[in-house]
Parts: sequence; C-alpha cells; structure tokens
Amino acid sequence: MYAQMVDTGTKRLKTLEEMSPEERDFQEKVDAETKIEAKNWMPDGYRKTLIRQISQHAHSEIVGMLPEGNWVTRAPTLKRKLQLMAKIQDEAGHGLYLYSAMETLGASRDEEVQKLHDGKAKYSSIFNYPTLNWADMGAVGWLVDGAAIVNQVVLQRTSYGPYARAMVRICKEESFHQRQGYQILLDMMREGTQEQKDMVQDAINRLWWPALMMFGPHDDESPNSQQSMAWKIKRKSNDELRQMFIDQTIPQLEYLGCTVPDPDLKWNEERGHYDFGEINWKEFYDVLKGDGPCNHERISTRKKAIDEGTWVREAAVAYAEKQKQRAAKAA
Amino acid sequence: MTQQQALQEYLLRLADSDMILGQRLSELTGKAPALEEEMASMNVALDLVGQARNWYEYAAELIDDGRSADNLCFLRDAHDYRNLLMVEQPNGDYAVTIARQFFFDVWHYFTLKSLTNASDERIAGIAAKAVKEATYHLRRSSEWVKRMGDGTEESHRRIQDAFNLLWRFTGELVTPDEVDHAMFKAGIGPDPEQLKQDWFGMVREVAAQATLTTGAEDAWMYMGGKRGEHTEHLGHILAVMQFLPRAYPDATTW
Repeated sequence: MYAQMVDTGTKRLKTLEEMSPEERDFQEKVDAETKIEAKNWMPDGYRKTLIRQISQHAHSEIVGMLPEGNWVTRAPTLKRKLQLMAKIQDEAGHGLYLYSAMETLGASRDEEVQKLHDGKAKYSSIFNYPTLNWADMGAVGWLVDGAAIVNQVVLQRTSYGPYARAMVRICKEESFHQRQGYQILLDMMREGTQEQKDMVQDAINRLWWPALMMFGPHDDESPNSQQSMAWKIKRKSNDELRQMFIDQTIPQLEYLGCTVPDPDLKWNEERGHYDFGEINWKEFYDVLKGDGPCNHERISTRKKAIDEGTWVREAAVAYAEKQKQRAAKAA
Repeated sequence: MTQQQALQEYLLRLADSDMILGQRLSELTGKAPALEEEMASMNVALDLVGQARNWYEYAAELIDDGRSADNLCFLRDAHDYRNLLMVEQPNGDYAVTIARQFFFDVWHYFTLKSLTNASDERIAGIAAKAVKEATYHLRRSSEWVKRMGDGTEESHRRIQDAFNLLWRFTGELVTPDEVDHAMFKAGIGPDPEQLKQDWFGMVREVAAQATLTTGAEDAWMYMGGKRGEHTEHLGHILAVMQFLPRAYPDATTW
C-alpha cells in the first residue's frame, strides 16, 4: 500500500440523521456505488482525506524511483537495464498521473511536494529501506509492487472517480512490473550461481517485513480506517489486505525455493489462511516518523533535485512568457 | 584496415556512444529538475540503450568470436570503447546535460538520417527506427537550448557556460577519420563533408535563436574517443556499469 495512516480528521462516524442534507445525499450516492466526480459536492473531510491519500501515493511513486535509481546504472545486462529504465519511467508517469488526479480536488502539486520536502507529508515507508544487492530489483518488483497491487486492485473501486480510473491504468503496469520482478528472482534461483541465490534470499530477508508494513497498522490501531471505509475511499481493512498479500505470496515464495524470516509462518487449515508472526511495530512507527535507514537521504535527494532545478523551471516560464509577448506583438 | 573491420569499428562507435549517453542519463534518476523532465530524460535514455542493443547485436554477429551483445557492452575495457568523448562528460548542472545532449543529437540525427539509406540493409533498418527517436530527441534538446538561452539571465549564463565548456568535444563529431571515410566509400556512412556542414548549420541556427554564441570551428579540439583514447571519466562509468558481470564472472544468467 502506497498510502499509510491517512488522517481523515474524524474520530467518529456521523449517522445519516446527524448529517446535513448535502452530506446525506453524498453518503447515499457513495452507498449506492455512484462515483463521485470532481464537480460534485463533497464533505470537506472527504476532499482533504483524498488529497492526503492521493498525494501520498504520488509521492511514493516518485520517492520510489530512488531505490531503483541506485541500481539502474549497475543493471547486469542490456535487457535488465532496459526493463528497469522502463519501470522507472512508468513510475514517473504514475506520479504525474496521480498528481493530476489530486489537482482535480483543488490541491496544488507544488504545495503538496513542498509538504513532502518539509517532512509534513508521508510516503510509503518501504522506500526508506536501502537496496543493497541486485536481487533487490527483483524483490522490490515482486514484493513491493505486489503489495501495492493488492491494495490498488481494491482501489479501482474507490468512490472518487478520477482516483479509481487512475488505479485501473496503474494496476495494469504494476502487474507487469511484478511479473518482471519475480522473473528476475526465478532466473537467479533456477540458473544462477550459489552467490546469486544467496543474493535472492538476502533480498527477501531484508524486504519481507517492510513489505508487510506497507499495509499499515492493525485495524484496531487504525483510527482513520472507519471513516475512510464509510466514504468507500478505502474498501478493505489493513489486516484483510495484509492477509490477502501473504496468502498469495507464500506459494510463489515456495516455488522460488526461498524462505521468509518468520518462524511463526504456517498454513492454518481451520482459517484457510497463513498465520504469521507479529510485525515490529516500533520499527514501523520509527520509520514513519522519519527514523528509518534512508529517510534522510531520500528526502534530501528529492529536495535537492527540485531546489537545484528552480532556475530550469524559471527559464521555461520566462521563455514561454517572451514567446507569448512576441506572438502578441506580431499579431 | 579491411572494410569488414571498418564496419565493426563503426558499429561499435554507434553502439558505445548510445550506451554511454544512456548510462549518463540514467544517473539522473530521481534527480531531474521537474517530474516532466524525469519522464523525458528517461525516455531518451531508454531509446539510446535500445538502439545500443541493436547495434551491439549486429556488431556481435559480424565480429563472430563467441561474444554476445552483452559481452561487448559489459566486458570491454575503456581502451576498447569507441564512443565519442562528448557523451562520457559528466552531467554537470542541467545546462551541461542539455548542451551535451544537443550537440550529440544534431550529430546523431544527421548520421542516422544518412544511415537510413545505407547499402547495408540491416543498418538501414535499425537507423530507420532510430531516426524517428532521434528526431524527437533533437526537437526536445533544441527547445531546451532556446528556453535556457532566451529564458532568464541565470539560465542564459549557465547554458552559455555549458556551450563553452563542451565546445572542445564537438570537433570529434565532425572530423572524419579512416573509418568514417571507408564507411562513406562503402555506401554506408554519411558524407563527412555534408555531415559537418549540416551539424554546424543546425547548431548555429539554434544557437542564434537562443541568443548564444558558439566557439570557433578551428578552436583546439579534444579527440580520441573513436580510437579508444578517452577522458578520465569513462573508466569510472564502466566501473559502475560493468560491476556485476565483472564481480560475478561465473554468473551466466541474470
């Protein structure tokens, strides 16, 4: 999930009787699965929640380019380099697309990016972990894009039309990335040397728990979920999504011939699901707060890019302005 | 030098120049001055590495000593690389990135355009696809040169500095050697004299629109890439780019 712990600004759901006529009308539309569009009336909290969630999602796409940028210059074959470059380009595209969806709600891209750089806006905690060997490029595709898809497939039915439509397109591309990521790992496990196989296991060991953290805190620790579910921004709970991800991923893990660093992981016949151990929630909240291995580096890299690019963007604006004046004079 | 050797050399020049510029651009991942530029520069990089792969594959077939396209890319040392010195220059500020791209794109566009008529069908085919991409690359870099040159005082100063900085590497683009002459005679490569005229013509035209000055044609030029004598930068680029195949020589699949 690329958006974690999105604040809705409400701690208790209103009943239909407590709502204003506009709110009631809105809620009934949502309940009837009618998509909300940009021009429709919406509660202020709904708008703000969506801006937070979509901007987090967009920021995640952009920050998420950095751990891959760490390896794109070292991709080991022409084919893998081209694949990784295309994946990174897709992510920049997703970022742009999501910022546009966010702008339909009246938010400004520049302002939201500024919040990110000031440490006021979040992005997915997963990108605060380093990518330390080449197999991470496979594991990120398989686990990170995989976890994102589990969430985003559900978001294709989210109540806000522009966000739902963005998800349809993004899901297609991310499914492709996930298969590519898995293929990187599979090729190394099947035909690789022992050193390559060790890389794969090492990547999974480091990324497994952070991938599970992408779904956010337990449902009973997630005070904003209830409102988001009522507004149908969120369609399934954090714990449900996490369980879905684990259930679909473990057979793939076994097919690879790898393990995850969780001694409590085992199939529960009665539940029809895998049981698994407890996430290190202190680490989760630390990383979210800014105290993860790469938080500092990721934000300072993004900030530097945008700050040092100021003169470039100013030049483009000044040139466009001059061109406009010239055209006006000529006319 | 036989014609076959000249052709192999020529293909490696095309491949290596594409590859090294693609590598330089991919260093910018997540660091471009705007999100739109992130997309555009990765797009150019992708085109270039894709073209490099096509040239390497053909070169590998002709060389025919058991080396694959990947081997040519990842297992040759700097003195065997045949790229233009221009493309190995560091990204610098975005003005340097754009000026480097522009000088290269003009050369690349006219070279590919000519190669679409090559007597060698394989080359003509690769060039026909590549020239479409290069046409877009050139339009984009020309636009940026104009925006920077005729933008703000700061952008004008920066792009002019970049032109001045990189001018000494432009000579290699338009100074033919034995290989270039052989390729022209064989009906494959462009007419060196024509290429030179076209290159200066377009560079001067865009520079004038951008209110920039270009260096002298007879200025001292730093050359050598085409025969494997590079600047100090290439060794570092290869150290990064070739790290995995070099560190794990037993790995046959990635």
